[in-house]
Amino acid sequence: MNGDRFRTISALALVLIVGAGPACRRPSAVAPRSITVKGSDTMVILGQTWAEAYMKKHPDVSISVQGGGSGTGIAAFITRRCDICQSSRKMSGKEVQQCKDRNIVSRATVLAMDGISIAVHRSNPVDSLTLNQLQDVYTGKLRNWKRLGGKDAQIVILSRESTSGTYLYLQELVLKKERYAATALLLPSTKAIQQEISSNPNAVGYGGVAYFKGKKNVKIIPISKGKGSPAVEPTDGNVISGRYPIARPLFLYTAGKPKGVIGDYIRFCLSPEGQKIVSQVGYVPIGKLR
Amino acid sequence: MNIGVEPRTFELKRRHARVHEWTAEWVIIGSGIATIVFVVLVLALLLRDGLPVFRYTSLPKFLFGRDWLPLSGVFGILPLILGSLLVTAGAVVIAVPLGVAVAVYIAEVAPPRVKEFLKPIVETLAAIPSVVIGFIGLLVLAPVVRQVFHLPTGLTAFTGSVMLALMALPTITSIAEDAITAVPRDYRAASLALGATRWQTIRMAVVPAARSGIFAGAMLGIGRVIGETMAVLMVTGNAAVVPTTIFEPVRTMTATIAAEMGETVQYSPHYFALFAIGLVLFVITFAINLLADLALRRSTVSR
Repeated sequence: MNGDRFRTISALALVLIVGAGPACRRPSAVAPRSITVKGSDTMVILGQTWAEAYMKKHPDVSISVQGGGSGTGIAAFITRRCDICQSSRKMSGKEVQQCKDRNIVSRATVLAMDGISIAVHRSNPVDSLTLNQLQDVYTGKLRNWKRLGGKDAQIVILSRESTSGTYLYLQELVLKKERYAATALLLPSTKAIQQEISSNPNAVGYGGVAYFKGKKNVKIIPISKGKGSPAVEPTDGNVISGRYPIARPLFLYTAGKPKGVIGDYIRFCLSPEGQKIVSQVGYVPIGKLR
Repeated sequence: MNIGVEPRTFELKRRHARVHEWTAEWVIIGSGIATIVFVVLVLALLLRDGLPVFRYTSLPKFLFGRDWLPLSGVFGILPLILGSLLVTAGAVVIAVPLGVAVAVYIAEVAPPRVKEFLKPIVETLAAIPSVVIGFIGLLVLAPVVRQVFHLPTGLTAFTGSVMLALMALPTITSIAEDAITAVPRDYRAASLALGATRWQTIRMAVVPAARSGIFAGAMLGIGRVIGETMAVLMVTGNAAVVPTTIFEPVRTMTATIAAEMGETVQYSPHYFALFAIGLVLFVITFAINLLADLALRRSTVSR
C-alpha cells in the first residue's frame, strides 16, 4: 500500500516536471489571443479603456495593460516582454539600435496628441507662466512663489521619476536639457502628483491633462511661449494648432507591421470609436489633425 | 509456514519505512542546503553586477559622493544612505518604545481575554501590504504632517518613519513579548516578595531579564524597516539631497533601486550602480541580522 502510494506520487511528480517544460513556453509563432501592453504612465488609462472596449467586442482576446513609464515599456519591448509598447516619446537612437541588435523592427504608430499640463493648487493666485519661468522653477533657480506673483512661500516642485517619458520630454523641451532641481520631489506616478497638488497649496506638478482636468482643488495653469505672447490652456484646439507650447504625440510601438490580433487592436484604436475614447479620457484625437 | 510469511511482510514494511525515513531526511537536508545556496547565489549576483560600477567611479566617491545624477553618470549615494538611515532611525525611535510597551502590556498586564484579542490584532498589522500603508501615508498622514509642522510639503522622512514604525511594530512586539513571557516566574515572585510594586517588578526585574530578546526584536524590526520599499517610495518625496532635518524629503536606497531599475539598460554604468546600492543594502541588513543573532544567542546562553 505504502509503496504504491510512493510510486504514484513519484510518477505524478515526474509527469509534472516533464509536462511543465513545454507548457511554460509561450506560443509566439501562432497569432496570440492575449496581448501584453506596457509603457507610458500617461497613456495607461487610455490603453486600459481601449483594451476594455476591445475585449467587450472580442471576448476571446485578453489584453493586459501596464504602466511603469515609457522607458520601462521600451525596455520590456526590447527584451520581448510585451507585444505593444505605449510610449509618450520617440525611441532614442540607443533604443532603436538595441531593437536592431535583437532583430526587432520597431514600428511607431501615432494614436493621439497630448498637451502636458502644468498644475497647481486651486488657491494659488498665479494664473499664467512663461516657458522660461517654468524652466527656472524646475531647475531650481526660482524658489519662491512671490517672484511669480504668488504668496511668499517656497515652491514645492513635483516631478515624475526618471523612468517617465514625460520627465525626459519636459527636460528636453522646457528645461533645455538642464538638470531638474535636486530638491524636486520625484513621485512614482502622475496620480501621486495630482494627490499632492490637491492637498498642497505650494506645489506645482506636470502630467497628462486627463489627470488634472476637473480634479478637486487642482488648477491647470495656462502657458505662454514667452513674454508678450498670450498664455494658452491645453485645450484640444490649442494642442492641435500648436499654440499650446508643451504638446507631443503619443505612440504605440509594435514589432514590424502590426498583424493579426495586434493589427486589429491598433485599427480599433484608430477607428472613430477608438478615437472617441481618446477624447473621453482627456487627450486629443488625431482625427482632428487630418 | 506462518512463521515464513510474517518476517517477509515485516521485512517489506521495514524497507518501506526506511525509504520513507531516507526521503524525509533528504528533503529536509535539501531544503536547508537550498536556503544557503540561495543566499550565496544572491550575494554572487550582487557582486557580479554591482562591483563593475567601480570601473566608472571609486569606492569613496561612490559611498561619500553627494550627487546622485545617474543619467549624467554621477553616482554618489551619500544622500541615499543618509536618507535610508534617517527614515530608519526615525522609525526605530517611534516603534521600539511603542512595541516594547505593547509587549509588556500583553505579557504582563493585560487580562487573558484582552490578551487573546490584542495579540492577533497586532499580528494583523504585519499582514497589511506595504502599498496600502504607503497609500494611507500619502492620503492621510502627509497633509497632516505638512499642516502641523508648517512645512512646504508633507512628503518627508518623518512621514516615512511613522508609516514604517507601523510596519515594524508587530515584529518588535511579538519577539519582545516572547522574551518577556520566557522570563522565569521566580524573578517576578522574588521581586514582589521583596516588596516591589508591579511596575517596579516590570521595570527592574522582568524587562532587564528579557533585554536580549527585546534587543533582537528591535534589530529584526530595523531589518524590516531598512529594506522596506513601497511605502517609502510613496511617502518620502524621493529628492536626492543630503537631509539636514527629519522634516525634509529624502530618497532611500530601496526607493532608488525600485524606481530606476525598470529603465536602465542592462550592463550600463547606471545598472551596475543600482546593483552596488543593493550590495550596500545587503551588507547593512546582514550586519543588523548578525547583531540580532548574537543578542539572541547571548540571551539563551545566559539563562
